[in-house]
Amino acid sequence: MSRFTGSGIACRRGHRVVFSGLDFTVETGGALVLVGPNGSGKSSLLRLMAGLLAPFAGKLAWDGLPVADDPGAHRARIAYLGHLDAIKPMLSVRESIGFWADLRDRAAWVQPAMDVLGLADLADLPARFLSAGQRRRLALARVIAMAPPLWLLDEPTVGLDTRSIAALETALAAHRRTGGIVVAATHAPILLPDAGRLDLAEFALPQSALAEAL
Amino acid sequence: MKTALRLFRHDLGLQLRQGSDLVAPIAFFVLATIFVPLAVGPEPNLLAKLAPGIIWVTALLATLLALDRLFQRDFEDGSLDLLALSPMPLELAVLAKVTAHWATTGLPLIIVAPLLGLMMRLDAGSYAALEISLLLGTPTLSLIGAVGAAVTLGARRGGALLAILVLPLYVPVLIFATSAVGAVAEGLPARPHLLLLASMLVLGIVLAPVVAAAAIRSALE
Repeated sequence: MSRFTGSGIACRRGHRVVFSGLDFTVETGGALVLVGPNGSGKSSLLRLMAGLLAPFAGKLAWDGLPVADDPGAHRARIAYLGHLDAIKPMLSVRESIGFWADLRDRAAWVQPAMDVLGLADLADLPARFLSAGQRRRLALARVIAMAPPLWLLDEPTVGLDTRSIAALETALAAHRRTGGIVVAATHAPILLPDAGRLDLAEFALPQSALAEAL
Repeated sequence: MKTALRLFRHDLGLQLRQGSDLVAPIAFFVLATIFVPLAVGPEPNLLAKLAPGIIWVTALLATLLALDRLFQRDFEDGSLDLLALSPMPLELAVLAKVTAHWATTGLPLIIVAPLLGLMMRLDAGSYAALEISLLLGTPTLSLIGAVGAAVTLGARRGGALLAILVLPLYVPVLIFATSAVGAVAEGLPARPHLLLLASMLVLGIVLAPVVAAAAIRSALE
């Protein structure tokens, strides 16, 4: 039973405090959907959870232990899907997934991951020929192949057709059934049963309060 | 360590497939050096005197030419995010990337340098010193360059900024490398200069990945 928590998290980008006083808890098998208007800090919160961004205030913890104490262990338990798909045009689909799976000693999971998202027929195609939706599927297949406990997904459904969204929902459900945790920022309705909802607009700092604080 | 080796092979493969990446620095190195006898005339003694300096300056500029692709593409396509989140320490990842980069930029320069030496009428006894100085010096240039490339990540017109940042740091390498090659022609030992170059390389291997990794982390914030 694992537990990923954040308490009193604040995030500053440039001179602007994007959100503050944010708390969340997700447990094994759980999911958290981040919602909020553009610029409310969904992507920043995901980068913060991944450890790419240091919180301006507050603490992230895994099973009660601060994440900042052992960044290496935290990196080993997350898969992060950002806006960018991290695809090299000259590598094939299989190689694009394989390299990253290989770094985590999970080479055997490349083929099943491609099967899940319907990429098996494209396996040997250089990635420069992929469409936007196919590129997104490749990036998602990479997450599935790496399969660490915590998935951090930033707008996972961008460019996906309905069939791929259904495949993704199945994969997310399977991941949660086997004890995984999903945190996703999304505008599109995506089927995540019993998922917690975190509306970032609630944690936005009113600009008047900010002016006073300064 | 195993993962660092995988990253090295991956990067090497990527750069070998991207043929233009491989050819551009060598082409620059060869062409720029060929221009010197064309410009100053074929007088053997003059060319021999100029040879160490010209070969080293053009080699240095050739490595500079290839630097911006070290992290920039990975930064733009999101690969650097994933690399920073992979279980291996980012410092080790930087070292693996720099090594792969050097293998496709510095190493080819070392291989063609004797040919250019021949053309520049380099003193017959100086070839060994030239090759050893390049072997010790070009990895140091790549390591220093990695720091510059990491610091300028995300900057607009980063290429120009990179050159301004990195070139002053290249000065010690240039001085000791050319002194090593020049010393042989004057009947002096090249060894002390080469030892200094080696110590710079050791220092670079230890320090550069740490600094570059810190710069990359801040660029990803």
